[in-house]
Amino acid sequence: MSMREITYRDALNEALHEEMARDPSVLVLGEEVALYEGAYKVTRGLLARFGERRVKDTPIAEEVIAGSAIGAAMGGLRPVAEMMTWNFAILAFDQIINHAAKIRYMFGGRVKLPLVIRGPQGGGKQLAAQHSQSVETWLAHCPGLKVVCPSSPADAKGLLVTAIRDDDPVMFLEHEILYNAKGNVPEGEIAVPFGQAAIVHQGSDVTIITYSLMTLKALKAAEELERDGIHAEVIDLRTLVPLDMEAVLASVRKTNRALVVQEGWPVCGMASEIAARIQEDAFDDLDAPVRRLTGKPVPMPYNRILEAQAVPQVPDIVAEVRRLAA
Amino acid sequence: MIPSASHPVPSGTAGSPSGPDGSPDSQVPLRVLSPDGGLEGEAPDLSPTEREALYRQMSRLRAFDNRMINLQRQGRIGFYGPATGQEATTVGSAFALEAGDWIFPALREAGALLVRGYPLRKMVAQLYGNRADDALGHQMPCHYTARELRFVSMSSCIANQLPQAVGAAWAARIRGDRTVVLGYIGDGGTSEGDFHAAMNFAGVFRTPCVILCQNNRWAISVPVEKQTAVREIARKAAAYGIPGLQVDGNDVLAVVAATRAAADRARCGGGPTFIEALTYRAGPHTTSDDPTRYRASEEAGRWPDPIPRYRAFLEASGAWDEERERGLQAELEGEIDAAIEEVEAEPAPDPASLIEGVFATPPALLRDQLEEVLRPRR
Repeated sequence: MSMREITYRDALNEALHEEMARDPSVLVLGEEVALYEGAYKVTRGLLARFGERRVKDTPIAEEVIAGSAIGAAMGGLRPVAEMMTWNFAILAFDQIINHAAKIRYMFGGRVKLPLVIRGPQGGGKQLAAQHSQSVETWLAHCPGLKVVCPSSPADAKGLLVTAIRDDDPVMFLEHEILYNAKGNVPEGEIAVPFGQAAIVHQGSDVTIITYSLMTLKALKAAEELERDGIHAEVIDLRTLVPLDMEAVLASVRKTNRALVVQEGWPVCGMASEIAARIQEDAFDDLDAPVRRLTGKPVPMPYNRILEAQAVPQVPDIVAEVRRLAA
Repeated sequence: MIPSASHPVPSGTAGSPSGPDGSPDSQVPLRVLSPDGGLEGEAPDLSPTEREALYRQMSRLRAFDNRMINLQRQGRIGFYGPATGQEATTVGSAFALEAGDWIFPALREAGALLVRGYPLRKMVAQLYGNRADDALGHQMPCHYTARELRFVSMSSCIANQLPQAVGAAWAARIRGDRTVVLGYIGDGGTSEGDFHAAMNFAGVFRTPCVILCQNNRWAISVPVEKQTAVREIARKAAAYGIPGLQVDGNDVLAVVAATRAAADRARCGGGPTFIEALTYRAGPHTTSDDPTRYRASEEAGRWPDPIPRYRAFLEASGAWDEERERGLQAELEGEIDAAIEEVEAEPAPDPASLIEGVFATPPALLRDQLEEVLRPRR
């Protein structure tokens, strides 16, 4: 399959174009997604190509963006709702947690809810406390939601295609820092299955388990560690629900050491969950306690230096792996 | 405060929706029947069978409520929320719809489900949550759901069904079908942000829907006067460019007329309508509530009962009499008895239904957890 290099933003945009062209029941709604083509230009060209019936600028009310998308999904469509950022989607968490996540169950399985809610999250742009949060843990905690965190343009496209075709509500968390990141994406249709982690760097000494932007940082750390003769295996989880624990456990059984890295807060985070499950299922394979490296439990500060201190950086990952491998 | 006095209804007046500008002089509640059942407005076009069906369904709902409250008191079901006093609003509004229209209920719309033809025994099964329950014992009692009848499961939280209702209406328009969506809300729910957001969405996009507020004067213990500073909730529609009107919610013919007109308009591309139905919650909020702690007993004793009011109308036209009434009551008793007997004989849900419907296909974590549940304990 021939490859070309495109940005994460354009990869997402391609997925939307292709799926809307393939399936007339797919539609896009959100604040400024039509005329303005999205705050991050992910919906570029959709209005011109598919018209305002299927590409809808909504009033500024996250609860009705999510709620009307839920209603439209029950009504037989496949809405993709954009949230300007996941920070603002917190206004719609009632619709997401109390409704989207539970409707199939509360109907005794008789209703499907093919719905995608997507948008950026994460820090790194000096946008401070209400623009820089990572909300994946809140969503992954709630049964009934699928949670996707792509780190590369190819995964951004392939996972969004799968999300749109899925019959369950999918929470699609893009990282704000990654929109301009470039990567190889195959030409034509790609669908990346949910629940399959990717080993993005092979190694035998330590397993680094991570996702989203932290995958890129872990890869840089792994390259640096190679120079010291430490071979780290880096696993990009790609989807948090469903979670590919088989890949994680297989790697840990090989390396006997594990570090879980996440950008968000430590308490009850994905890193806590993964660490607990490694210890439940691979305790005898471990040569050291599973380590977590997470964001600091503070609201994200604005100041550049403080912000950098608040989330894991490449040298932090390198230092943690060295400690583990020692 | 006496409910009938707080809802002054001028006689012989057929209300019309206020314009999108919300001209304040138009807020005269639509009424067809006088409080004693005399015909004083224009009755909606209904066949004799349909007229009788309205009465039968209201009576059926009342009998069902009374019996289910007793079952809850006996500890045979966990919880119940009656619609006593509001039968005309729920039965009349659902009756005005077409079969393919969607219903997004608030809290007290069991009558709409009866009108849709949902078997009474399935409602009992939902209250028991056993193997006969369509929702597999997953949902709290009274949160009925009937996918095939386009009746969405009730939401325990307030007003959040309306963003979904307007979204379903939007979907209908995109699909190009004739479906109209009826979304219910209570007077208390109009204080929520979701009410505002949904009304605004409906107004901006002229979605084919009817939003019906059952103003039963009480949000658990909070009277409507403390819920909003606006005397007529219907006026709120003006803020969204939506026609709003008040209807006497204890007059089933007026409710049919108002809802039918609104649904017809939505179906023909005329956009949404907001209806405030003035009614009264005669019973407790639910079996977990004791209204004597916050509501004067003289008020509760003088509520305007919609059922005798409509019965008087039927009797005046020779369509009903004491003998038929006795026959109906016996029939309802038999139907409810049989439903309870049938449902109580059903076993508990299949343990595997614990994980059914969390996702289309259960992921590994859920399958492991189910295995854990099913593993015999030593």
